[in-house]
Amino acid sequence: MGNVFFLILRRMRAPLILLILIYAISILGLTLIPGVDAEGRPAPPLSIFHAFYFISYTATTIGFGEIPQAFSNGQRLWVIACIYMSVVGWSYSILTLLALVQDSGFQQTLSTARFIWRVRRMGEPFLLICGCGETGSTVIRALDRQGRRFVVLESSRLRVEELDLEDFKTDTPALNADARHPENLLLAGLRHPRCQGVLALTNSDEANLAIAITVRLLNPSIPVLARAEQQVTADNLASFGTNHIINPFERFADYLALAVHSPACYQLVERLTGTPGQELPSPLPIPPRGHWIICGYGRFGRAVAQRFAAEGLDYSIIDPKDAHEPKRLQIVDTGTELAPLEAAGLTRAAGIVVGTENDVNNLSIAMTARARNPGLFVVMRQNQMANSVLFETFRAQINMVPSRIVAMECLALLNTPLLDDFLMEARRAGETWAQTLNDRLEQLFGRLIPETWNIRINAQEARAVYLELMHGGRVLLEDLGRRPDQRREPARLLPLLLRRQEEVILLPGPDTPILPGDWLLFTGSAQARRDQRLLLFSEKVLAYLLTGDEHSGGWLWRRLARTS
Amino acid sequence: MNLEKVVFGFFIVLAATLNFGFFVGDIDNPEHHHVFELFAAIVVNLIATVLKFGDRTQIGAIHLATSLVADLQLLAAGVTWAVAVHVTGEGMTPVVTSSVVSLAGGALLANLVSVTLLVVETAMMRR
Repeated sequence: MGNVFFLILRRMRAPLILLILIYAISILGLTLIPGVDAEGRPAPPLSIFHAFYFISYTATTIGFGEIPQAFSNGQRLWVIACIYMSVVGWSYSILTLLALVQDSGFQQTLSTARFIWRVRRMGEPFLLICGCGETGSTVIRALDRQGRRFVVLESSRLRVEELDLEDFKTDTPALNADARHPENLLLAGLRHPRCQGVLALTNSDEANLAIAITVRLLNPSIPVLARAEQQVTADNLASFGTNHIINPFERFADYLALAVHSPACYQLVERLTGTPGQELPSPLPIPPRGHWIICGYGRFGRAVAQRFAAEGLDYSIIDPKDAHEPKRLQIVDTGTELAPLEAAGLTRAAGIVVGTENDVNNLSIAMTARARNPGLFVVMRQNQMANSVLFETFRAQINMVPSRIVAMECLALLNTPLLDDFLMEARRAGETWAQTLNDRLEQLFGRLIPETWNIRINAQEARAVYLELMHGGRVLLEDLGRRPDQRREPARLLPLLLRRQEEVILLPGPDTPILPGDWLLFTGSAQARRDQRLLLFSEKVLAYLLTGDEHSGGWLWRRLARTS
Repeated sequence: MNLEKVVFGFFIVLAATLNFGFFVGDIDNPEHHHVFELFAAIVVNLIATVLKFGDRTQIGAIHLATSLVADLQLLAAGVTWAVAVHVTGEGMTPVVTSSVVSLAGGALLANLVSVTLLVVETAMMRR
């Protein structure tokens, strides 16, 4: 607020000096001009005290009716001048003040001051989100639904104003500033003791790189998640230890390759990373083996082609620029017309990947191709969220939206850091193992996508269990999966992974003992998740689940029960 | 030469000289201390204060503080005068005169600090 105060003082200098001068001249005049008494005889002029009193109520246009005594004509003449002078002086001051309030520089100073104050007051752990475009807004809305706190830095003024209009549950400080500048990151709480991590989600690789470097240098203890669309940026980010680098194209190409390579693993991934509560499409679209056409050989096309080559799939390329791939058939064209598509082998193709940077072209290519070959498996890239209606109507088998992939990946990393480990292990465990697990999940939840969550056995995240263990109690994994209303009934959940220091146990058994410091990954229904929270935090519920005894509540009763 | 510096220096020195003019003389003799001099000193001091607004440097802050002290002292002197002459009606007795003049003396000290700062600031500038 200091800045704002100084700015006002500085701008108000001229009007204030003018006012002081006008008052001084008016008062001086009144103390020099002779007055007149009740009988019309000349009287001495007003004293300074009376003159100041008179000018005070006249100049402020209060027009208080009390005059010490009737004025002489000379005094009246001077008072006329005083009134006009003071009106001009006050108007000038007020206009200067109003202009200052409307001044954009002043507004910016004011909103920055308010932002700094709000960030400083943050009492709960929060995340610093840089860039609030399509990706950023998706992440923000999801985090808000979970009740997590965050601070936003965004370079577009329009987006910040839109954020103000959104109805967030939590208080969200947002500043219109360039996140590439270290001062702005510091203002946004980079060194705040409750800052838990930084998400660099701007649509410029260069900005994300700058943010990641700043965080590494100024606060190395907190994790950074950065979005990178170029491989060069990703390598650069990795070189100085950025915790998570999300490249939407590579990530999607990996999924596509997984779907071709091992459909059961792919189904497992879809089930565990999808939006909880939604139905898994039945049957899940699995890209067929056969001849593929890759339309658009940019970052996306290259990433997919690389995976296809590794899988031994045959593909041809359509791109206006020469791809320098001597082993593959390339048609130099945009591919929006039938002729180049047919030249690339449309009639015998099993699938097409449409991945140019232009949404209209993508739709045009896909529609042309599907009209000629209705059985074609279409994988499409959607660049703008705004075009969702068109893409939903077209119904490609797989629709790839870079910003959504980055957002989902971010949320998964923030909410369930163990899931990444689990999926990696699952891929290693192979197709038959994944199929068994799939069948088990299908049995438990049907086609519905379950919730997936992490728990950690410590004093903050599982107080009751932690205390029980500290007091020498024994808790088995199956105890964490009991229903608080019916302890003999198992809840609808499945433990997926247990991490104990460096050791990782896939699908731990029900009789695994729980130790303090364990990390666990569960999947289950929303009800089961709520029930589990209850037993993690309530000692009474936990005691009932472990022993079957109902405990009486308070500290005093527990003391009495122990002594008797 | 910078016109802003001229105006700034002018008002600070003028505030000190006017203050001194009112202060000088026998402390309890109203003949030696005319109220118009006090009035002029108050006005010029107020202007000097406003001129110091908005300077965020260390020396600027001290400047503003000394000016605020001088204003406070001079306004107190003015109020004392107004109360004695117009409210209680006891007039400029030696007791009242000496208290008005000693208040103005305090302001003079603050103004002298201000002038010293001005001189120091100028001496520090090696241009």
